[in-house]
Formats: sequence, C-alpha cells, structure tokens
Amino acid sequence: MTDAILSVENLDVSFQSHNGLIRAVRGVNFDLKKGETLAIVGESGSGKSVTAKSIMQLLPKKTTVINNGSIVYEGEDLLTYNKKEIEKIRGSEISMVFQDPMTSLNPTMKIGKQVMEGIIKHQDVSKKEAITKAKELLELVGIPNAEDRMSSYPHEFSGGMRQRVVIAMALACDPKVLIADEPTTALDVTIQAQILDLMKDIQKKTGTSILIITHDLGVVVNMAQRIAVMYAGQIVETGTLEELFYESNHPYTWGLLQSMPKLHQDRSVPLIPISGSPPDVSQLHDGCPFAARCPYVMKVCHSHMPDQSKLSETHSVACWLQDERAPRVEKPDLGGETVDRTETS
Amino acid sequence: MIEQKLVEVKNLKKHFKVGKKQLKAVDDVTFDIYEGETLGLVGESGCGKSTIGRTILNLYHASGGDVLYKGKNLQEKLTPKEEKQYQEKMQMIFQDPYSSLDPRSTVLDIVSEGLRIHRPKMMKKELSERVYELLELVGLSKNHAKRYPHEFSGGQRQRIGIARSLAVNPEFIIADEPIAALDVSIQAQVVNLLKELQRDRGLTYLFIAHDLSMVKYISDRVAVMYLGKMVELTTSEELYQDPLHPYTKALMSAVPIPDPRIEQQRERIILTGDLPSPMNPPSGCSFRTRCPLAKDICAEVAPEWKEVKKGHHVACHLY
Repeated sequence: MTDAILSVENLDVSFQSHNGLIRAVRGVNFDLKKGETLAIVGESGSGKSVTAKSIMQLLPKKTTVINNGSIVYEGEDLLTYNKKEIEKIRGSEISMVFQDPMTSLNPTMKIGKQVMEGIIKHQDVSKKEAITKAKELLELVGIPNAEDRMSSYPHEFSGGMRQRVVIAMALACDPKVLIADEPTTALDVTIQAQILDLMKDIQKKTGTSILIITHDLGVVVNMAQRIAVMYAGQIVETGTLEELFYESNHPYTWGLLQSMPKLHQDRSVPLIPISGSPPDVSQLHDGCPFAARCPYVMKVCHSHMPDQSKLSETHSVACWLQDERAPRVEKPDLGGETVDRTETS
Repeated sequence: MIEQKLVEVKNLKKHFKVGKKQLKAVDDVTFDIYEGETLGLVGESGCGKSTIGRTILNLYHASGGDVLYKGKNLQEKLTPKEEKQYQEKMQMIFQDPYSSLDPRSTVLDIVSEGLRIHRPKMMKKELSERVYELLELVGLSKNHAKRYPHEFSGGQRQRIGIARSLAVNPEFIIADEPIAALDVSIQAQVVNLLKELQRDRGLTYLFIAHDLSMVKYISDRVAVMYLGKMVELTTSEELYQDPLHPYTKALMSAVPIPDPRIEQQRERIILTGDLPSPMNPPSGCSFRTRCPLAKDICAEVAPEWKEVKKGHHVACHLY
C-alpha cells in the first residue's frame, strides 16, 4: 500500500530466558496509514507492547532476538538502522507515550527542561527558542499557567497532568507517528476522557498517525478507525471498527466482545467468559494458539496455524472456520442491531 | 426487593493524620446494605471507597460514626468472643491476587487459615476435605491444594482468594476491586463465579470498583463517591437511566462504551480540571470546583444527603 507511513512486515521477536526462547511476537504484519489511528488490542502477554517497542528499538539488546521481518518507515527498514541512526528517528519522527506517566518522567528534573530536551536534541534552535516552543507545547496539551509550571517537578503534578506533559514531550518535534502504549490505563475515567480528547484534537491539528495499544475496547472505539486483535504474539483479526464490532469472524474477538459488560446493556444479558486462560508463550505448540480455549475448535486447529483470509479490502482473519471445508457456525449475537442495522447491511 | 438490613453504616468517618493535617478519607457517610443484595461502590482513585470497606471490617478504626451488623454496633467494645464471631460473618476479597496470597504457603494452608482460627477443633483430615470442597466450588481442583501461589495465573489466584474468603461460611463479603488486576476475558469468569456463589449461598456483597460498567452489571444498587463523601445512591437501573448528581452524569458519560454505533451518538460531558487534593478539599460541596452547574450556595454550604425519590439518595443543591 502506498499511503502507509509505517509498515510492519512479518515481524518475529523472541526473548532468551532461563526457560529457553520465548516467542513474544510471531509473524506480525500491519500498516499504519497517514493520519489514521490504528489500535492494537490484546490481553497481557499477547505481544502488543513488544511490537510497539521493537518499532522504536527499545527492547533490551542482550536478550532480544529479532529473527525475521522488517519495519519500514518512509521506505527505509528501521531494523537495519544502527544506534545513532535510530536515535535520530526516535523522538523526532516517531515518538512514544507510555502507560505510567510517573516512571516515564525524570523525577529530579524540572518539567520545562524535560520538554526542551527533545527539542534541543533534534532541532537546530537556540535555548531561547526552545523555551518558547516548550511553553507552547505545554499550552497545547492544556496545562494551565504553562510558563510558571515549566519550573515545577513531576511530583507536583497530578497523574492526568503528568500524562499531558508526556504527550507534550512526545509532540515536541512534530512526529509523523505517535505510538501510545496504554496511555490512559493508569488514569481515572474522567481524566481518561480528557486525555483521549486531547490526543484526537492534536491529531486533527497536526495530522499525526497514531498507533494506540490498549486492552480496553471502549478506548478503541473512541480513538481508532482500524483495529488489530493480537493473541499469543499473532494478529488474529484486523478490520475497521464496524467490521470488528459487528462482523467479526474470529472466536477470540467474539469472546472479547461478549465478556465485557456494556453500560447501556440490561443486567439480565449474561456475560459469556472465555474459558481457560491465555497460553504460556514459552510453551507454544503448532497450530492456533487459541485452540485450547476456542468453543468451535476442530482437529486441524491443534496441528496447523490457519492462514490469514481476506474478507474485504480492510478485513482479514486467521481462523480455520474460514476454510471452505469447515462447518458453518452461527455467529453469536454481538449487539448493535438496535441502531441503523438496516442502513449498513 | 429484600428489605432486611444486614449492615447499617451511620455517619461513618475515617480521618488519617498526615503530618499536622487531617486527611478526611471518609467523611460522614451513611448507607445500608440489605441482606442478599450486591451494593456497588464506585468512585475515582482516592475517593475513599476502599477505606469504607476496610473501616466496616474494622481493619481501620473509625474516627466517628457507627457500623451496625444485624443491629449490633461493631464500633462498641466487643468481647474477644464476639469479635471473632463477627470476623467469621464478614470476609474480604482483595484486589491484587499477587500480593494478597502468602507466596510461601501452599493453597491448602492459605484457604484453611480461617478454619484453623475459627474451628480449632477441626481434624486435619476434615480440614483438607473442606478445602478440597472449596476449591472445587470456585472452579479449581483438589490437585491444586499442595501447590504454591506462583504456580497459578491471576484469575486462578483470585479464585483461591475467593475460596479463602468462603472457608468460614461468611454472610457478608467485601470485594475490593476483585477483578481490576485481571484480563478482560478472565474478569467475566470471576464475576460469573461471584454471582453464582451469591445465588447458591445467599451472600451479601459490597462490591468496590472503579469500573462503572462492571459495577452496574453486578450490583443491585450503586453508590457513587467523590472525595470522601457519598454523592448518590440508587438502583443500578435508575442510576443509568436517571442519574441526578452532576458528578454521576459526568462519570457515566466518561465511560467509553465498546460499541461504535452507540458511542457515536453519545454526548460527552468532559470535566475540566483534576480531582482536588483530599488534604485540602473545597469548601461547601467538594465537587463544585469541577461542576458545570455550580451555584453560589455550593461554595458555602455542603449539600445534605437526602432521599429525593423512593430509594434514590443524592447530595446536591440542585435537588
């Protein structure tokens, strides 16, 4: 695809551990298009953060093995870059917002200085200009009295304000790609709503592409246009919001949607949990990793991994149920019928 | 609706000393919990919801007010025998299944601890029989009894915590964020288990959580807290259909609904500003600094806790 700003192709990342090789990410493919927001959804241990971190080369060098794949940003494979080259990209072209705003800020350094750090490193500006720019950024992310707050320390800010500072730092060099790893997980809901709004606002103003990583489907609906669902290091389904929420085809996606209570739903609608627990990624077998928990499991699922089947231009799924030899299963009711179903179908 | 009061909380206060200042974690809260119901308690971090749970169980000593259990005031001086008796009736499930289980004890020891204290005459064999029974009840098996907590996943550990709390046949369980540390697909398993146990054993729950959709789903009634005060209390249906307090409305609208078509049509109330410091709460109504509808009176007088409709309590000057 030509309009992709970042494409991850066949990425395969493992870690060395005492128990042997842990295959955290196994053959992941996706494109991030210009100006869009793509969400990677998955449970803990599904490899979503590892994927994000390998784009930025933030994984520990000693124990990480990237066996395969490429991460193409504007025509160049980032995986072939050396330390110096990646540092030029990191923080200027592609930047990242982490989950915990307390640990991603330096507690002994004034906020203003932390925001200026990236500006001075990547841009050819005088200190004075950097100060003005930092002030503007803090204003952009909605910090009141930005000028005075420049000389405050992180502990003087609340969680939501800290996350705003982290976003200001990430935006310092007008990045083309913003990677947000669980940006609101540590925040309260009313503050989460503020931060999500802020990120959408900034995207409107600057046209940044956002890759958001989250386990919260509610956040996804608010932010993203497209979703990739990860399970045990693989992308099992990708599609637009509509496709994944109303026409999804993977039993794991169904399970996720059915196990969450929705605020507008009646209490009598039962929650249908996914039985069992996520697999141990250090002991993966051949075949589909979801097979052990899948209510529609077939013999083939235990021995062979299904290929990605393309259902539409944007929608693809890796499941044996798509095979023509598979029995037809009835999809569970995923809701959403109440609104405009007739218009769209 | 069951109308028998099991727990009555009256003007409960819990103040902590922080340096020379007072932190009013729970400030004058009054509510009842009926037998067999699930009362949900929601609020943002630091609003005092966990402190309420712990104060009811006497894990913290209340700074003022009373907690009545079946009419008996637990804040009065109890004899050791009485104290034990109430400890048996009231149990707790904790948030973090990693830190609430002793890593050096086997599951058998963890689950049977309460039994060893409250039923000292129980024989060893009887004890382990009872533990096996409990493990099966929460969806684990007998074979798990000899293992250590690190051998289990988060969801399984939470099941062990639940088995432990059920060991002494309690009537009332306080579940403090029991699913917050679990993955989405596992949360539903634990919630279903809690519901099933309630149905089979007539348990009463105080379910403390920050996740409003889950609380609404599991609870019969929901109480909303803000900065140490209760601002609204009503049935979970009514709370969703007709929230009264401006904070409840904002909280409700901030919860994202995982359904794109519904989400598109929602109007969002975005609160400005942050939670004020509980060390230094605003005068009058503590929500007034973020309230879009604040009037002059809100800064002067704290609103009263009143019943505006049958079973619907709210503390706000608008009503």
